[in-house]
Amino acid sequence: MTMNLEYLFEPRGVIVTGVSSHPGKFGFVALHNILSCGYKGRVFAFGREEATVLEQKVITSFDSIPANEADLMILCTPVGANEELLRKASEKGVKAVFCAAGGYSEIGDEGLKAEKRLVTLAAELDLVLVGPNGQGVVSPPAGLCAQIVAPYAPKGRIAVVSQSGNFVSSFLNYANQTGIGISRSVSAGNAAATEIIDFLEWFSIDPATDVALCYIEGLEKGRDFFERIKEITKKLPIVLVKGGITVGGQRAAASHTGSLASDSKIFEGMTRQAGVTRAPDIESAFEIAATFATQPLPNGSRTLVLTTAGGWGVVAADAISQSSELVLAPLPNDLKETINKLLPPRWSRNNPVDLAGGETRDTIPELLSVASKHPEIDSIIQLGLGIQGNTANLVRTGKFYPEHGLERIVNFHERQEKRYAEASIEVSLTSGKPVLVASELAATQPNNPMVKTIRDSGRLCYISANRAVSALNHLVRYSGWRNQSN
Amino acid sequence: MTTASESESRRIVENAGIPVSRWRVASDLDEAIKAAKEIGFPNALKLNGPSIAHKTEQGFVKLNLKTEADFLNAAEELLGNKIGGSNLLVTEMLSGSREVIAGVVRDPQFGSCVMFGFGGILAEAIADVEFRLAPINSYDARDLISSLKTTELLKEFRGEKALDIDATIDLLIKLGDLAEDEKILSIDLNPLILVDGVPIAADALVELKEEST
Repeated sequence: MTMNLEYLFEPRGVIVTGVSSHPGKFGFVALHNILSCGYKGRVFAFGREEATVLEQKVITSFDSIPANEADLMILCTPVGANEELLRKASEKGVKAVFCAAGGYSEIGDEGLKAEKRLVTLAAELDLVLVGPNGQGVVSPPAGLCAQIVAPYAPKGRIAVVSQSGNFVSSFLNYANQTGIGISRSVSAGNAAATEIIDFLEWFSIDPATDVALCYIEGLEKGRDFFERIKEITKKLPIVLVKGGITVGGQRAAASHTGSLASDSKIFEGMTRQAGVTRAPDIESAFEIAATFATQPLPNGSRTLVLTTAGGWGVVAADAISQSSELVLAPLPNDLKETINKLLPPRWSRNNPVDLAGGETRDTIPELLSVASKHPEIDSIIQLGLGIQGNTANLVRTGKFYPEHGLERIVNFHERQEKRYAEASIEVSLTSGKPVLVASELAATQPNNPMVKTIRDSGRLCYISANRAVSALNHLVRYSGWRNQSN
Repeated sequence: MTTASESESRRIVENAGIPVSRWRVASDLDEAIKAAKEIGFPNALKLNGPSIAHKTEQGFVKLNLKTEADFLNAAEELLGNKIGGSNLLVTEMLSGSREVIAGVVRDPQFGSCVMFGFGGILAEAIADVEFRLAPINSYDARDLISSLKTTELLKEFRGEKALDIDATIDLLIKLGDLAEDEKILSIDLNPLILVDGVPIAADALVELKEEST
């Protein structure tokens, strides 16, 4: 059954323990981050000594905390104090505890015993226990940054859970860089009571979340994980990065099949079977998740490449032909005839649709519109935008600007770029089909009006056609899996 | 754990609807010759009994016996081994130049898994095999086949038909169903020979859980 994690991600109030005036201590940092990132609920700072920290009066007894005002407690106190704090918090109506404190199973037998006691006690008190030894929980829809590390992240639709707290930070850093935001993020720590799969299950019923992004290293209950994750992926795409190798064991020794089996092979097969999207590394995992979060799911594999000129289209076509799922859509005759009317005769007359520089001011929006409506096209990759903005950039910073009519032409170029970007977004929304725009300018000239317009709309501008093809390939594969599974 | 005899292994997979090469069991020379005539020539002869694994390495497999004389020599040699509880297994020689491998293994983490991959003498070197958790459906089986790296080698080749995908999917689903049987610890179908594209097991090895007494 799905655990109720609402009190963790949407708490009515938060208690932070271990608060002192030392700005390097976990309690201080957690309190700082909660108070600095816009959390609207009540915050209670609990510490050993009376003080005022970050303009907040430190409470030294739970008697000073009103009942039912705080749903969540962040534990930044040593192992020896925490069981008692759980009891007191429970009496005050706390429902969820994030234990950032370390000193548990990660340090050996003594710590393991303490961890088991904490888990048992939390269960007795009916508390959700996350961690211990985790970095914290971030929930932008609630304005919550309850963690002992940076960064906070913009609000978005990606939910992150990780066995490594550092990778939570990595994903949140990418969210800040790209503007593709986060719905929830949590570092599972030792995952003593709440495991990765529990978070994934809750994400699938969370209305703020459209895709889960997950880093895992080891599994203890592999079969259980499989049975549960394949139910989640029927509703929610999951992008997963796997580090390390699962704990192996004896397989039937004499068999040939056994000798060919390996943990990584079986894990790979399991994830494909469960409809999980496997990403090879952290950076591409974020980009794939960001694509799930910002593009509609394609209904099929037929991709149209639109390009303003030459080489870009050729390289994109190569990448599509080498991909596992995508096909270069054969250009339907009626679409070909429509394009004939929009372009001079030298256009490519094939997919990629190469405009060969023959476009006038309205061609690109019109082309995007007719192509996206065509029933035999499932997705579009748009290349070669940004050229006019690039030209405008050179002219604007050159010594002749704004005389010689240059101001007018610069404004025209920049307006056009904005229009192209807006058209790509609009046709995607009206057709319900993915439209991915790729240009190296996304990396090299982030203020290019085309790049900026796409980013401001909350979508990604891909830094190359290959990256767009790779992300789209994952969407198509997942879409196919989900159709057969439901 | 016990290794079932090849005849017992063949019976188990055949009963599950998995195609295997035609076979007969014979306990003496007369029965063997009778079986050989029924199966036809060329055929293959193997020493058959529980716990006889790695038959090829021990010289217990005689392949491609073209004449009755060849067959008699081979049968006499194998009967001379006098391994307790053993008899002879006569099988047809399947004609086909390409081989695949399939099986079942129990993984300590994920339970029973179905395996399929590229076979033949290079199978272990190439190790192009894929696994799925049992039971599997036709989507899983098709995805398993298409995720192999050497699928090119299983397409139409020098007049030989391509791997029959539907027949292979059917075989893998049946292996997955067999894997649900708690008594079965592992299955090796190695090799399966592509006959008109359809994989047919030329050898079968099943490991069974020890019966508790």
